[in-house]
Amino acid sequence: MKSLTNRSKAVSNKKMSFLERIYLPAIIGGLFITLKHLFKRRATVKWPDEERPRSDVYRGRHVLKRDENGAERCTACGLCAVACPAEAITMTSMERKKGEEGLYREEKYASVYEINMLRCIFCGLCEEACPKEAIFLTKELVPTNYERENFIYGKDKLVEPVSKRVDVSKRQTLEVVSKKYNDR
Amino acid sequence: MSTLLIIKTVLILIVFGITLGIAMYSTYLERKVAAFLQDRVGPDRAGPWGILQPLADGGKMFFKEDFIPQKSEKWLFILGPGIAMFVACMTSAVIPWGGNLTLFGETFKLQVANVDIGILYILGFLSIGVYGIMIGGWASNNKYSLYGAVRASSQMISYELAMGLSILAVIMTSGSLSLGDIVESQHGGQWNVFYQPLAFLLFIVCAFAECNRAPFDLAECETELIGGYHTEYSSMKLGFYLFAEYINMFISSAIISVLFFGGYNFPFMDDLGLSENAITLIGVMVFFAKITFFIFFFMWVRWTLPRFRYDQLMHLGWKTLIPLAILNLMGTGAWLIFKDQF
Repeated sequence: MKSLTNRSKAVSNKKMSFLERIYLPAIIGGLFITLKHLFKRRATVKWPDEERPRSDVYRGRHVLKRDENGAERCTACGLCAVACPAEAITMTSMERKKGEEGLYREEKYASVYEINMLRCIFCGLCEEACPKEAIFLTKELVPTNYERENFIYGKDKLVEPVSKRVDVSKRQTLEVVSKKYNDR
Repeated sequence: MSTLLIIKTVLILIVFGITLGIAMYSTYLERKVAAFLQDRVGPDRAGPWGILQPLADGGKMFFKEDFIPQKSEKWLFILGPGIAMFVACMTSAVIPWGGNLTLFGETFKLQVANVDIGILYILGFLSIGVYGIMIGGWASNNKYSLYGAVRASSQMISYELAMGLSILAVIMTSGSLSLGDIVESQHGGQWNVFYQPLAFLLFIVCAFAECNRAPFDLAECETELIGGYHTEYSSMKLGFYLFAEYINMFISSAIISVLFFGGYNFPFMDDLGLSENAITLIGVMVFFAKITFFIFFFMWVRWTLPRFRYDQLMHLGWKTLIPLAILNLMGTGAWLIFKDQF
């Protein structure tokens, strides 16, 4: 049978020679192999002192975007929740009242929007499903916590503050956007 | 006389402190060496580079619950780690740490007790060391502990034979049982390792086995015996067992250096033209450098070799090391007679 990798070796039951039987050359060889590792670069990244560099299109915790006027883009259509394979997203929709035009872009908005970060698998399908460019995954990580409840992120944590906009342009390049609209 | 008494007392205290200190930092070194050999960083949180880690570990040990099993032999259970620790500390008494030092008009040797039978003393105390493990394992009234203790003690007794026989060859060439004389006989680069390489090899293998270190650490193996003889121990009693092991490692390294690597002797020590005190102090430092190297070697081997199976261990001890040691002994004897003839 032809081997797949060309790395297979036939097993032999030949008698060991004297040098092999006293094991000392093998032991000394082994000692030098481990000694070499003393001078190798450490693989450890000392988080949180050091951070492993993450790509600009890293799929970390989510952000709910506002439009250029500072109004929330989300219309609570629920497509992200349907797309979510882990069923991590829930929301409650609400009608926009008069005088709230500066807060919400469309007539309908999400009064409650929750993502359970313990269920989320950070696949990015919510982002792909969103017709309003409202939800994006960011470079940020979800920090640890002692309570399970604290992993359910509401709008207070997800919606980007007006004063501190989150840059998602790297996940929003022309190819990505055009692919999204062509697929639809 | 009284100055000598004070000096010796001070020396005992220093040796005791150094022994404990080195054993303490061996635990740190062990973790660091293990980490470095595996491309990791190791403990680095307590103090710079983690050098306060042993203190943190010791503090942790003290604050753990000191549990004594109800069905154990209470006094023997407490005695076990005590014996292990006591024996480990006693062996440092006869090791010559350096040459002669002159202080306050009094010349004395940097050795607590230069007894004529230093090496016998060490072998004797090593044999008592088995009792600490055996009593602790038996008194726990736990099958795993007992089995671990049986393994450890049968291993130590088996390898003591080969160890004694390999030391005999060294004693024959140097003609003395006193460790001080053995070191003096290696003065000027005449290290025993060049004359007795086989004895050195046998001795170092046996030293690994006596210390219950990898690849001979069959007494404690998680999957089969949980912790071996110290399964039931907790808190500082466990700490004593582990600590005794590190002290034994330190003493073994010291004995290897004394018997085979010239102890505090170093090359060209007579050609430097320094005063005797300076030579002695450099000698002490050289001796500790040798000891540190061998402690490192113990750890290096631990993270290189897989452990033996128990039958392989006994096979190596009884069928390989002892015949080799006897052959080496006979060869050394024949050579000594031959040398005298011509």
